[in-house]
Amino acid sequence: MSTMTMSRPAAQAPGRQNSLAGTGTLIRFMLRRDRVRIPVWLIVFALVPIGTLSSFAEAYPSAADRMATAQSMNSPAALAMLGPAHYFADYNSGSMLMHQLFAFTAMAVGLMSVLLVVRHTRTEEETGRAELVRATVVGRHANTAAALIVAFATNVVLGLLIAASTATSDMDGITTSGALLFGAAHTAVGIVFAALAAVTVQITGYSRGASGMALAGIGVAYVLRAAGDVGENGLSWVSPIGWGQRTWVFVDGRWWPLLLSVALTVVLTVLAVILSTRRDVGSGLRQARPGSPAASDLLVKPFGLALRLHRGMLIGFTVTVALLAVAYGSIFGDIDEMLGSVTALSDALAEQGGVLIEAFLSMVMLVTAVTVAIYAVLATNRMRAEELAGRAEPVLALPLSRTRWVGSHLAVTLLGSAVMQLIGGALLGYFAADATGDGALFGKSIAAAAAYLPALWCTIGLVVLLYGLRPQWIGLGWLVPVWAFGIGYLGNILGLPTWLAKLSPFGHVPEMPSEEFSLPPVLALTAIAVALIAIGLAGLKRRSINVV
Amino acid sequence: MSTNSQPTSGAAIAVSGLTKTFGPTKALDNLHLTVGTGEVHGFLGPNGAGKSTTIRVLLGLLRADSGTAKVLGGDPWNDAVALHRRLAYVPGDVSLWPNLTGGEAIDLFARLRGGFDRKRRNELCERFDLDPTKKGRTYSKGNRQKVAIVAALASDVELLILDEPTAGLDPLMEAIFADAINEVKDAGRTVLLSSHILAQVEALCDRVSIIRQGHIVESGSLSDLRHLTRTSVQVETVRPAAGLESLPGVHDLSSTNGKLHFDVDTDQLDGIIGHLHGLGIRSLVSQPPTLEQLFMRHYGEELAEATNGSSR
Ligand SMILES: Nc1ncnc2c1ncn2[C@@H]1O[C@H](COP(=O)(O)OP(=O)(O)OP(=O)(O)O)[C@@H](O)[C@H]1O
Ligand SMILES: [Mg+2]
Repeated sequence: MSTMTMSRPAAQAPGRQNSLAGTGTLIRFMLRRDRVRIPVWLIVFALVPIGTLSSFAEAYPSAADRMATAQSMNSPAALAMLGPAHYFADYNSGSMLMHQLFAFTAMAVGLMSVLLVVRHTRTEEETGRAELVRATVVGRHANTAAALIVAFATNVVLGLLIAASTATSDMDGITTSGALLFGAAHTAVGIVFAALAAVTVQITGYSRGASGMALAGIGVAYVLRAAGDVGENGLSWVSPIGWGQRTWVFVDGRWWPLLLSVALTVVLTVLAVILSTRRDVGSGLRQARPGSPAASDLLVKPFGLALRLHRGMLIGFTVTVALLAVAYGSIFGDIDEMLGSVTALSDALAEQGGVLIEAFLSMVMLVTAVTVAIYAVLATNRMRAEELAGRAEPVLALPLSRTRWVGSHLAVTLLGSAVMQLIGGALLGYFAADATGDGALFGKSIAAAAAYLPALWCTIGLVVLLYGLRPQWIGLGWLVPVWAFGIGYLGNILGLPTWLAKLSPFGHVPEMPSEEFSLPPVLALTAIAVALIAIGLAGLKRRSINVV
Repeated sequence: MSTNSQPTSGAAIAVSGLTKTFGPTKALDNLHLTVGTGEVHGFLGPNGAGKSTTIRVLLGLLRADSGTAKVLGGDPWNDAVALHRRLAYVPGDVSLWPNLTGGEAIDLFARLRGGFDRKRRNELCERFDLDPTKKGRTYSKGNRQKVAIVAALASDVELLILDEPTAGLDPLMEAIFADAINEVKDAGRTVLLSSHILAQVEALCDRVSIIRQGHIVESGSLSDLRHLTRTSVQVETVRPAAGLESLPGVHDLSSTNGKLHFDVDTDQLDGIIGHLHGLGIRSLVSQPPTLEQLFMRHYGEELAEATNGSSR
């Protein structure tokens, strides 16, 4: 009889309590399912501060070295990439750690939180497993509550671990209170994005879409603070990552910006709960509407089908890349102003072979290319997803060769990534040319974007290779964008040896326009991409479908 | 076993010595299967026996470890594309694309296969009472299954490979499906029908094969198979039928109110009836073995093993 009242929606006072029935059990269940995943994330996060600090000890042994770095970092490209200039006021080891690392560790914490929440909420509903769980004595809000509690707790532990790991260092500027604030800043970002994911999983019926929206939120937060940090305007104050950076950790630390994160977390959590009461288990906010009773002539071609299946992701990523380009593009004007006032600072970058604007453009181009690479990996994974969902089987039981089936998916992915990359290049070029009055930048920017295409093809090729030969290992394809970003982008600042970057196809791309175009690497990458795809296809022809 | 009762030449499907392992699991173990052209062939067996695995090998989706398979005279692995033009497949668990409507999925399957008849497709949608405007995820289980059935039936192919096609269909739809299969049969096409619904197999199939643990344990026409099992008889005779139990082929003899009940091996039926005739038959009810009994016999062995194994 208690089951009867349990399953009733939260209506009266006792109902409210019952709507959380089973939360404890679900928390234990989630922790058990994540018993490897969460500790791995936590260990990595705990190691990052110590590792980085020890690399600082080698790279910047004296205060003078750090001073010099601070000077060279005071460029628009570095500010946009890393964080506000306030940290230069006291560039000790601690504030350097915060300035150079936080924007990225914060995004990674956000990524962890989003994946965690989506995995335990929308993915469960999408696969129908939630239905089995909800049919037991489990309240309507129990699952969301449990997922958020697990995510919040993980972030608190993460903050403490980061604080502890940082506090063990005896380098100058590191204080215990500062280390605590440093850890808390990470926790604050993590809980905001966990709560954001709790909202996006209510909106859409697909876990892929829910993660996509929440991850786009992280990207927006990063870019907003970039624009705000370069332009010294209020934009950084609308970004949770910006709030974390405005704690001025290890300079003149203050806690109150983190309250903004807590407040936003509360608002988002309440919103998630309200939205969850307006939808059915298993569906999003919008009910599915009936569609066309017959297929168009395009859809019944393999390419048309692939195009249709990729449509959502294609549009989502194109919009993301365009927004990214617009946001970064808007910074060009600020840079131009800065250039007028502080020309002396440009020396360091000018030595590297380009003017500030071009250096900035090269850096943003890498960010765009990595974003497109993420799309490329996701889109190429689509075939595996189709296979695992059992949808590849009936299609391959048609008179359609595996090569053609893969070919149609690949055609969409190759074309899609090229179009995105060129759109990004064109938009950035437009803004750069507009801000500086140098029309040639438009063409240069498109050429710079195009130079990344062979690296993107290599990325796709690697995933195809894995898919054909070892589909269980297809996740290894993620190493390419992760490496390109982690080593290619951050390696520059962290002073990592260049051969590390060369391990990724992106390390071989001429970084135009600040570098000259060079044909051999482009040709080599193209050849490698072709070979990878060919081997992958040959492997697929030999293997069984639906192997798990 | 009567595997060799059918000639292999001109067979739509001819499989011999097929073996397939998944790690430690032996899914197919020296499997022989013949499906003659133009016949509706029932493919029966307990869960996990290897029916779907066999079908996937026949579709060239799985690569067998050893053995040979011929589908419509071709090699299912190497000639997959050419063969798939001539066959249609309905999986047991249909998974549709969430953002495609059922109608779009039907058209996609049928038109990629070629030989697509729009009029027939619309007529089938109507017959199966299928709304083609719904999105993949919003279909109920049975309706999802219908999408695949309509797509398969709308194509003009020689061979239909159906893996539990009616799982989830309501009885009315099952009847409509049976009509459709009979039409397919009349048109001279071949059907391989894996199913757990014995009444359906009995009504539709010319021949059946029973698979257990990756091996065909019984194969033949239904009447062939009936001969392998027992007919139950209920008889009342003028003179008492003493000594009946000592006759060959008689089992489980019992009597109530002067009526005798017993099972008899079907191939001994003639001799027994002759004996009873000599005693003067007052009434006689004889029930042919149902497929269910036949099937249960093969299940039974497994069941007995399982219960023996688990009894403490
Ligand atoms: N991809 C796979 N990997 C590992 N084992 C598999 C795989 N596919 C099937 N098997 C195993 O092979 C055996 C046969 O499975 P199969 O799906 O062919 O059975 P089935 O006769 O179709 O059963 P059901 O009536 O339940 O559909 C089972 O033991 C199953 O667990
Ligand atoms: Mg099966």
